[in-house]
Amino acid sequence: MGKRVLLIEDEPNIIEAISFILSRDGWTVHIHEDGDTAMEKIALTPPDVIILDVMLPGRSGFDILRDLRSHTEWKEIPVMMLTARGQEKDRELALRLGANHFMTKPFSNADVRDYVRTLMEA
Amino acid sequence: MPNRRLTGSRIREKRIDQGLKQAAVAEAVGISPSYLNLIEHNRRRIGGRLLSDLARVLGVETALLADGADSELLDQMRAAAAIAGDVAEVARAEELASRYPGWARLIALQARRLAVLEDRVQALNDRIAHDPQLSSALHEVISAVTAIRSSSSILVGSEDLDDDWQRRFHENIHNDSVRLATSSEALIAYLETPDAGEDMGVSVAEKVEKHLAQVGFHLADLEVTEPDITAYVASSALTEGPADLLTVFAKQYVADAKALPLQEFELACQATQYDPGRLAARFGAPVDAILRRISTLPQGSGHPPNGLVVCDSSGSSLFTKPVPGFVLPRAGGACPLWPIYGAMGRPTQPLKVEVVLPSVPALRFLCYAVAYPVASARFDAPPVLRSTMLVLPDPPQGSAPPVEVGISCRICPRTFCQSRREPAISGLAVQSAL
Repeated sequence: MGKRVLLIEDEPNIIEAISFILSRDGWTVHIHEDGDTAMEKIALTPPDVIILDVMLPGRSGFDILRDLRSHTEWKEIPVMMLTARGQEKDRELALRLGANHFMTKPFSNADVRDYVRTLMEA
Repeated sequence: MPNRRLTGSRIREKRIDQGLKQAAVAEAVGISPSYLNLIEHNRRRIGGRLLSDLARVLGVETALLADGADSELLDQMRAAAAIAGDVAEVARAEELASRYPGWARLIALQARRLAVLEDRVQALNDRIAHDPQLSSALHEVISAVTAIRSSSSILVGSEDLDDDWQRRFHENIHNDSVRLATSSEALIAYLETPDAGEDMGVSVAEKVEKHLAQVGFHLADLEVTEPDITAYVASSALTEGPADLLTVFAKQYVADAKALPLQEFELACQATQYDPGRLAARFGAPVDAILRRISTLPQGSGHPPNGLVVCDSSGSSLFTKPVPGFVLPRAGGACPLWPIYGAMGRPTQPLKVEVVLPSVPALRFLCYAVAYPVASARFDAPPVLRSTMLVLPDPPQGSAPPVEVGISCRICPRTFCQSRREPAISGLAVQSAL
């Protein structure tokens, strides 16, 4: 089984597109669409990389990232954040909370592939 | 409008400004000092050659003495100067307004326009940064664009894509393009709402006051036995927030009108010379209701001009009925010496105070102010107070000297004021002889 990517995102067609391109690169892609239960999902199957949307139903991506970084077990998991809000303050907050990369929508598929690979190798 | 009744005051102001003795000026124009004294206290009318001679001796235009400059215009010019810092000769504002009234009005107009535009820019900034509806609409558009971009990239860049995947991504692109069209239309519709247009820089309260000013603040439709507030508000053409606020105003108006029936109240006003204290005693009504009722008497019925202000504990104006020469900053920052603020410190105790502005000529107002709690008292919260002030311009001279007030510190030339919060703009201090 390939390395696991957890995609926490609530837009079905974005999920399908990202899942498709990463699967073709050999990743095993797990999907989760709800902010409130995202930590349970991580606990159940800890991924190698997390792609985390900021605006989610329930808790935001920032809240999830904050929780993640406070857990000894999972604080080292690389996280790439996705957001439609490309404001500098969001980027600063994401990086301050411990995100490894911050990508604004609309992004290119090639960038997603490259950064996930980079995060895995880092 | 010429204000000949105050020509004497202007002569006195100019003479004192220049440090001239009454006797010297009187001699220069060939009249007795006592006669000049009567003129200066507006007890003798003046015009023609004597006025020209006095203007010549005082070194000013005759028109400046005869008509003066509109004090409201002067305040607006000083406010305009305050925006620009110390670049304007503020002390010569009146001279400019008298010599070139059109240019002076243009300065005031442009300053007001600038303020409106700045407010609108701020409102737009706030809207883009904080409006959840706009944020949500933009998020929807960007999400659809992202999905379309990703799906189309897969279709273009994957030559070995099987038919099932191709169909799925084509379908996704179609669905997302429909969603994009819908969300874009919703976004455009939202940005084109009336609130985003010309009135965006105008507050809800200002919209209501503008409507009320058009009807002279007297709502004849609500003076009937069974007033229909809903129909009245619907006929105002105001919507949403302004309509809600007008409804609140109308309900208060109807309550005041029931407690103080118009015909009876008008007769009582004339009998008591508009004394709120006596009116309150006669009708057994709270003083703030009396002040509000006086301010909504019908225009053109012989009632004196008046203004009304209502503010909360922060000093922010909740309602303003303007009267010439009287203006207070809407969002606080006003001179704290106005009785409306003093009343806040003595809830339920009415105040009657004559005040004078540092304008040329000095404008006097008789103010009646009172503050009442507007909610039930609670042990766990401070009282919610509303202070109401009725302003009557140009009252008869009182026995006590009037309280010296200003508009706001930035445009107030008074020196040695213990209430000053910040320095006046350059040029105003030289008028300290006022």
